[in-house]
Amino acid sequence: MSIELKMPALSPTMEEGTLARWLKQEGDAIGIGDVIAEIETDKATMEFEAIDEGTLGKILVAEGAEGVKVGTVIALLATDGEDDSTTAVRAEPVEAAPAAESSVAPIEAPVKQVAKPASQAVTDPAIPAGTGFTSTPVREALRDAMAEEMRRDDRVFVMGEEVAEYQGAYKVTQGLLEEFGPKRVIDTPITEYGFAGIGTGAAMGGLRPVVEFMTFNFAMQAIDHIINSAAKTNYMSGGQMRCPVVFRGPNGAASRVGAQHSQNYGPWYAAVPGLIVIAPYDSADAKGLMKAAIRSDDPVVFLENELVYGRSFDVPDVDDYVLPIGKARIVRAGSDVTIVSYSIGVGFALDAAQQLAEQGIDAEVIDLRTLRPLDKQAILDSLAKTNRLVIAEEGWPTCSIASEVMAICMEEGFDHLDAPVLRVCDEDVPLPYAANLEKLALIDAARIVAAVRRVCYAD
Amino acid sequence: MAKPAMTRKNKPKSDAAEDRDFALHSLQEAHQQSPRYAATADEMLTFYEQMLLIRRFEEKAGQLYGLGLIGGFCHLYIGQEAVAVGLQSALSEGLDSVITGYRDHGHMLAYGIDPDVIMAELTGRQAGISHGKGGSMHMFSTQHKFYGGHGIVGAQVALGGGLALAHKYREDGGLCLAYFGDGAANQGQVYETFNMASLWQLPIVFVVENNQYAMGTAVRRSSAETEFYRRGTAFRIPGMKVNGMDVLEVRGAAEVAFKHVREGNGPVLIECSTYRYRGHSMSDPAKYRTREEVQDVREHKDPIEGLKKVLIEQGRAEDDLKAIDKAIRARVAQAADFAENSPQPDRQELYTDVLVGEY
Ligand SMILES: Cc1ncc(C[n+]2csc(CCOP(=O)(O)OP(=O)(O)O)c2C)c(N)n1
Ligand SMILES: [Mg+2]
Repeated sequence: MSIELKMPALSPTMEEGTLARWLKQEGDAIGIGDVIAEIETDKATMEFEAIDEGTLGKILVAEGAEGVKVGTVIALLATDGEDDSTTAVRAEPVEAAPAAESSVAPIEAPVKQVAKPASQAVTDPAIPAGTGFTSTPVREALRDAMAEEMRRDDRVFVMGEEVAEYQGAYKVTQGLLEEFGPKRVIDTPITEYGFAGIGTGAAMGGLRPVVEFMTFNFAMQAIDHIINSAAKTNYMSGGQMRCPVVFRGPNGAASRVGAQHSQNYGPWYAAVPGLIVIAPYDSADAKGLMKAAIRSDDPVVFLENELVYGRSFDVPDVDDYVLPIGKARIVRAGSDVTIVSYSIGVGFALDAAQQLAEQGIDAEVIDLRTLRPLDKQAILDSLAKTNRLVIAEEGWPTCSIASEVMAICMEEGFDHLDAPVLRVCDEDVPLPYAANLEKLALIDAARIVAAVRRVCYAD
Repeated sequence: MAKPAMTRKNKPKSDAAEDRDFALHSLQEAHQQSPRYAATADEMLTFYEQMLLIRRFEEKAGQLYGLGLIGGFCHLYIGQEAVAVGLQSALSEGLDSVITGYRDHGHMLAYGIDPDVIMAELTGRQAGISHGKGGSMHMFSTQHKFYGGHGIVGAQVALGGGLALAHKYREDGGLCLAYFGDGAANQGQVYETFNMASLWQLPIVFVVENNQYAMGTAVRRSSAETEFYRRGTAFRIPGMKVNGMDVLEVRGAAEVAFKHVREGNGPVLIECSTYRYRGHSMSDPAKYRTREEVQDVREHKDPIEGLKKVLIEQGRAEDDLKAIDKAIRARVAQAADFAENSPQPDRQELYTDVLVGEY
């Protein structure tokens, strides 16, 4: 009998991949554990191992084929009967396979299209006219920012789990070990409380540590140092003792990783005086704000998002691109209603704005970028213009950034309001694992559209 | 809490030093004298079946992941089967408790928990053991006193201390088996727990499943002391180093350790040397070790092949063992079928189980 070898999903976020290389040819004998092919995923090159033995039959997807959808049959394996292990698996490919040779556009494409018109609409004043742009994935923009600051200032170093030899669990520190060596790119044991304390202490001692948490879920082990040691020192010492440390890593829900690995800590840290909290969305902001964070004399919590790491956005070709901390950005100008968001929520907000435009509603989208200090003025200015506001946040609704923005609108923008401010947040439950429940629990563009229509009294 | 129950047994002062040395090494010595458990023919066959079930189940889980039926993180137990089977076979069912990290499928199967409901949890279905709300890393069975399935590295060690405290508090005679990895062994809360467990003489067996790597970090790159069984010494916890690739040795060690704990002597720390064949999770490019290293362990130390050899030496027909494999493959295929065809959770499940009470 023969077994269909299918394009495997090799990471939680992989939808398609490149069949980089066939290591076995048609007719080759295959043993269990043999590497049959190399596959490039959204994160890395992975080896595709045999789980059954037999003879490699027809190869159906040629070497070098890009955009091969997960589940596509890539080859056949002839086995000698008996073994019924794979026959029970009848799952159809998620989508019919496109011709292997016709390379499909990368998954980032739609996101980019949404982002593009916005950045044309409102040009950042700091960028001189005529500046070129390079499309860069967010993970590389972050890496470039760290590398540039490490070249500029030898007090800057990076530490965390798997940041050096493994090149980062999410590949954000890729290449840093090679350039800067093990003194400045330090692999730590799995000891968040300990190394957050060591990072904080090193900052007190005059260095500029960038401490990576593999994800911010694990920073809960270390939150005491972030809040009690880092945030309060300057105040308690009457301004004598600085703590210029950056705590960074992915934050918020990823993909199907369950309740303990899917939380947005934005509101937690933004509640603490003495901290700077940054949560960018696109590559340019990620780069410009990371550089600013490393240069800041204050402790910074820098919240990234795993689902956004692979998306590409334009980064201006400017030698030293540093953005101001504490400034929101209008990513799409509009006149009917304001949608405030940050981090991955900005993508949903832009999607929603596009849909609303088709429905005749012109939405302005504001990316907060920094959560503490919050750019109140940007929110209030936009509200004064549109008189209606919705806030979209990938996180729980209770005691959230959303509730903070609503409070600001009540306290300082009341006279400009033509409708109650609405928030669109995740459901108020721990994040479930099941695909359908996870989808129900998280915010999306459709929910933002619905809320906007309500504040516009459009229904 | 009643104080006398929590204080260390008074030992005669004069020979305290000798006694301490004796306690710290005696278990290891006892284990080394006859490392392998003298299993009956039936027991041995059961071990074989259980390990093979875990192996085939995990292989299938890997396939289902590749097909997109399982999402998120999925950590396979392939290579480590002898540890869970050897230790858990020595537990008193319905009395003792078990807790572990996210690499938990094997521990549940070693308990005899229905593969259908485990696989259905992996595919996130209503019939799953957590109704699809937990997933691979978060599975529990209070019926079997299996307390999870925890995604935060090291957390299960302190929680295990609490389960042991409950055994002692209730005086039920049970013990807690708390598994953690070589990477987890560096978390601070592990040592806070060691201290309290020893101070209060809690009935707990700490098990380091030393599979040589924490994600991409080899033990020697993360640990100043790589002999994990010694790490209880500062807390007067006796340590044992055990070949975790031999189910009979693991079971032998369990006999020694569990007896010590059940007799009220406080915790034991077992280090099982083992190996994971697959990547850390499904998305691990595994560049930190060579294929030869993995292949070498597979060929020379595989726990299932090892026991198979013993069984054949004892006169089991190879065909019988083949038939067992076939039956297990069929069982696993059935579980996969069930997991694939069960309905997704009802959308109302999203809001259930957040709190117990209504307020
Ligand atoms: C507190 C915390 N930090 C980091 C992680 C990410 N993480 C998950 S498993 C793992 C490696 C653990 O290795 P080890 O303890 O040796 O167990 P093994 O995976 O080898 O079974 C890491 C770093 C986590 N889940 N929790
Ligand atoms: Mg390990």
